[in-house]
Amino acid sequence: MNLADLPLIGPFAEFDFMARALAGCIALSFSAAPVGVFLLLRRMSLTGDAMAHAVLPGAALGYLVAGLSLGAMTVGGIAAGLTVAAASGLAARNSVLREDASLAAFYLLSLALGVLIVSVRGNSVDLLHVLFGTVLALDSATLTLLGGIAVVTLLALRLLWRPLLLECYDPQFLRSVSRLSPLAHYGFLVLMVLNLVAGFHALGTLMAVGLMVLPAATARLWTRRLLPLLVLAVALALLASTGGLLVSYQFDTPTSPTIVLALGLAYLFSLMAAPQGALRHQRPSATHYRA
Amino acid sequence: MINPDSLPAQRGITCSDLTVGYDRHPALHHLNLQVPAGTLLAVVGPNGAGKSTWLKVLAGLLRPMTGTVSGLSAPGQPGPRVAYLPQHDQADRSFPVTVLEMVTMGLWHAFGAWGRLRPEHHDRARQALAAVGLQGFEARPIDALSGGQWQRAQFARLMLQDATTVLLDEPFAAIDRRTTADLLAILHRWHAEGRTVVAVLHDLDLVRAHFPTTLVLARRCVAYGPTAEALSDAHWAEALALHEPFDEDAPLCAPAPLSTATPLAPVQA
Repeated sequence: MNLADLPLIGPFAEFDFMARALAGCIALSFSAAPVGVFLLLRRMSLTGDAMAHAVLPGAALGYLVAGLSLGAMTVGGIAAGLTVAAASGLAARNSVLREDASLAAFYLLSLALGVLIVSVRGNSVDLLHVLFGTVLALDSATLTLLGGIAVVTLLALRLLWRPLLLECYDPQFLRSVSRLSPLAHYGFLVLMVLNLVAGFHALGTLMAVGLMVLPAATARLWTRRLLPLLVLAVALALLASTGGLLVSYQFDTPTSPTIVLALGLAYLFSLMAAPQGALRHQRPSATHYRA
Repeated sequence: MINPDSLPAQRGITCSDLTVGYDRHPALHHLNLQVPAGTLLAVVGPNGAGKSTWLKVLAGLLRPMTGTVSGLSAPGQPGPRVAYLPQHDQADRSFPVTVLEMVTMGLWHAFGAWGRLRPEHHDRARQALAAVGLQGFEARPIDALSGGQWQRAQFARLMLQDATTVLLDEPFAAIDRRTTADLLAILHRWHAEGRTVVAVLHDLDLVRAHFPTTLVLARRCVAYGPTAEALSDAHWAEALALHEPFDEDAPLCAPAPLSTATPLAPVQA
């Protein structure tokens, strides 16, 4: 029996570009989904979304200088993301503006600048690349980058685990016992930017944050413990990105929206069905414990 | 579980000409104070008197505008440890950790950010939970605790911090009598072990019943010494006369000559 005849495996066995797309999605699922869980727990999901847009002008500048070059767009994206994170952090710490307002201001500036650069110099095909990614055209260098970012992310999360947890649930206590609070906070922001840039190459700026926020939010509806939450989020990301790739192959739909919509379906289903979903107050349990 | 002999030799806390504030308006003005090691000290005063601000400075979380604090080490630095229980804790109690995991972090000094968590660490956390009356709560998520149970869990974590100085900011606010009595017993145990305990409190009867030494604050030191003398009606009336809002047109305070910045012994007008 030929592998290529199986509907689930066939496209990946037959076409190199599908196999690469799958590898890229696997790498991204292992790093972006855990980062998304911490974004969720720190109530920063919208920050992730804003930062995804902030990455654009850096990538566009890289494109302006070097064309569709992986290195230039990656470095540019990371630089722009970190600049916006640092600038809005400084503004929030030192001015009367709170974190949300200062971040919104900087990311809008950044986004406008990016769109301007892309439209002045690029053509509409390039713009689509930037906005929706090129998961079906990942080359070896990009795959290596995605894999590298995944490894760095997992190692950094392991290293920052204890301070990051405390920074999430009791920052005052962390500050009273150690000086690692800034390292946990800014280290996590760097991880977020790295993963947004990775997601940007695969899914584009508009959808990059999807693999972070949606699996985490979906998993949170099912479990209230941390490790299962992380495992479930990664599993959901893997499942949805593989499924999304197959659907987009069979029905010839754009890949990255298909993947995000697959995640969205899982989210909507969980919202209705999961124990901590929207209906949790509608079904009181028939039994309860003794007082 | 706690070995008093392990406490490093201590010399107490000394504040010299300490001024702390926000936007150049001092919340605490030229405080000169010496707290001998092993003191069980209550800090009282009206709202806005600078009590919480003082504790934050002692905890190393707020930098003074002028003056110095000596005798305490900053967070994460070697030296005699300080444990601090803030007034409005910013803990996110919806975060998915268990009571045992949260309390075990009190042993941060033993394992730090990267050391191995050993079974003995969890055992000590279980003992501390038992000591505050939370046996059986180990596996509960922290969002399943009531207000009083949360405060007990925080005290368990404070016990594990094994600090020479314990700073408590309104530890019994919104806590019922029985829990308060249990937690007070822990305070007395710390005192008996030779630790310095500083607690900001509003219940003056409780202060008179349990605290040998009292500091009456009203942006400056109104009185400091044995509770019966420091907490006199005259001192209390003086503290209450504090004009709470910042005076926007307050004149600049001339720097105090350094020679006046000598620590005062307890009992002072």
